[in-house]
Amino acid sequence: MTLNEGAIVKEPGTSRQNKTGSWRTFRPIITDKCIGCRICEWYCPDSAIKVVEKDGKKVAVVDYDYCKGCLICLGVCPQKAIGQEKEKR
Amino acid sequence: MEKKEKKGKNVVEVAQAVAEAVKLCEPGVIPVYPITPQTHVSETLAKMEADGDLSGEMIRVESEQSAISACIGAQATGVRAYTATSSQGLALMHEILFIVSGMRLPVVMTVVNRSLSAPLSIWNDQQDSISQRDTGWIQLHVEDGQEAFDTQVQAFKIAQETRLPVMVCLDGFVLSHVYEPVEFLTREQVKKFVPDYKPEVSLNPTKPVSMGTLGTPEYYIQFRKQLQDAIKQSRETITKVNREFASAFGRSYGNGLIETINLKGKKHALISIGSVAGTARKLIEKENIGLIKIKSLRPFPADDIAKACEDLESVGVIEKDISLGGNGAIYDEVKAALYKLEKRPKVSGFIAGIGGRDINLNDMEAVLKKIKSGKEGTEWVM
Amino acid sequence: MIEIRFHGRGGQGAVTAAALLAKAAGYDNKFSQGFPAFGVERRGAPVKAFTRISDDIITIRSQIYKPDYLIILDPSLSGLDEVKEGLKPDTVIIVNGEIDASGFEQKIYSYDATSLALKVLGKDIVNTAMLGMFAKATGLVSLESIQKAIGDIFGGKAGELNMELVKRVYDETGSNEAKEANDKETEG
Repeated sequence: MTLNEGAIVKEPGTSRQNKTGSWRTFRPIITDKCIGCRICEWYCPDSAIKVVEKDGKKVAVVDYDYCKGCLICLGVCPQKAIGQEKEKR
Repeated sequence: MEKKEKKGKNVVEVAQAVAEAVKLCEPGVIPVYPITPQTHVSETLAKMEADGDLSGEMIRVESEQSAISACIGAQATGVRAYTATSSQGLALMHEILFIVSGMRLPVVMTVVNRSLSAPLSIWNDQQDSISQRDTGWIQLHVEDGQEAFDTQVQAFKIAQETRLPVMVCLDGFVLSHVYEPVEFLTREQVKKFVPDYKPEVSLNPTKPVSMGTLGTPEYYIQFRKQLQDAIKQSRETITKVNREFASAFGRSYGNGLIETINLKGKKHALISIGSVAGTARKLIEKENIGLIKIKSLRPFPADDIAKACEDLESVGVIEKDISLGGNGAIYDEVKAALYKLEKRPKVSGFIAGIGGRDINLNDMEAVLKKIKSGKEGTEWVM
Repeated sequence: MIEIRFHGRGGQGAVTAAALLAKAAGYDNKFSQGFPAFGVERRGAPVKAFTRISDDIITIRSQIYKPDYLIILDPSLSGLDEVKEGLKPDTVIIVNGEIDASGFEQKIYSYDATSLALKVLGKDIVNTAMLGMFAKATGLVSLESIQKAIGDIFGGKAGELNMELVKRVYDETGSNEAKEANDKETEG
């Protein structure tokens, strides 16, 4: 790696290249009970959850490229709509 | 400098001369927080701004830590940033000083030297700047008003060429509050001497960058080595700028790092930093002793000092600081610099002028006599 | 090199007088230095300030311990030890108003600058007036240069009035008066 003076990263967006989804041991699973309230979206420390519209209904979607599997979403979901599954790799 | 000049001299307060030099270098942003004795610099700049004479913008901040932090943000956007402080103000900046140098931002600051509390003292010594010598800033000390003005102009050039921050240090009151003749440069002269500041990378929303990012153990040490190399290398830039200044305006200060006065053929020398050299100048001739004035504390000109001392029997370092529990900071560094000499002179140290104690001719004469006696060790002049 | 020490009280302008004199000497193409004995600012407290004037560059930065000239802005200070400190037999003393000359063997020039300052400025501020006395008594600096320096530092109405004050003091004082005072002193 070249050492840019001043520890400057000249190209933006380098955190996108770091796909932290590989760190996950448990994956959160959004179930049918999801009402799209967005609480998990706000709480997700990696901004890896987005609520989107699907078939006329708002629903949370996890970006597994970046989700580290911390499962905070599971804890905060008022609908108990998020389950978990062990990662198999 | 010894030459007689033309009709009439421009006698100004040295702090005002410093402000004039800063104005001519056109920093874009000047965040300052008032503290004695620096205030005469920032008050003059504020007056210039109110008169519409300052091209940049001053920011009123709530502390010195904010002042230097604002300098980081401003300089990172690609303009010159300047601030000035003293004493506790500089101490409060300590944490941020490392960030400025680590981010390689060529901020320029004037330190009007003052002692540190407690006991509370507003008077001059150099404990404040000398205790910041490890922060990665170039540190230049000046002897008189003309050198303060000239060095302040040079500082902006040195900073942007080395991509290192520069501290210009002048003794509070003893120098900053003195009215004396200072020849000014014109805006055109300064514009020509200090080219526009055009950094390769700067903060710009259309092309985002990250500055001063995380340095993990595999990289941090390399960044530190890189910074150290840059500061060591800066001696070349400092000497070059000193030469360029001499050819443009006819004034120079030794090689830009140290200045030797009356040293040829002498057996003894006084080593000093800042305005105290002036008081010694007349006496050294009478006492048949040389003078070595350290202008650049960082980078420390160890080789130049060793070379200047190689034929001497004894040297004495007079300084307005104390590394508590150790010695005078410059005394220790001079001793280390002389270690490589085969025939080393005896070295004595003198802690003087602390907390504004006047260094008068009698004190200076006693110091010179002690240096000539070849006695080693540290003494307090009080 | 000529060394001048000013004694005044906080608020009387001794520090400004030292700066003005340095500036004026500069206009006369001399090297100069003007500075205060640095301290915390307290109105009424005894204050010292210094000026050096020379044909050669001035490098010394200590205070002045053996003045060639002593300028006392307030006669009530004349009894203080710090005022008498380091006086030489040939030190010339320039004082605003009457002082008890018995404590001094030196030549004393005195003039009631306060009355004139009250008349001209409407205020008891005599720092510029003292410079008029100094210029007349010593010839070391020209009246024009002092007026120019006053213009630099004060400007406006205050500048004009102070220039007038300096000129009047300069015109009204002379060495004869002072010599007489001194002769009387030696007789008595």
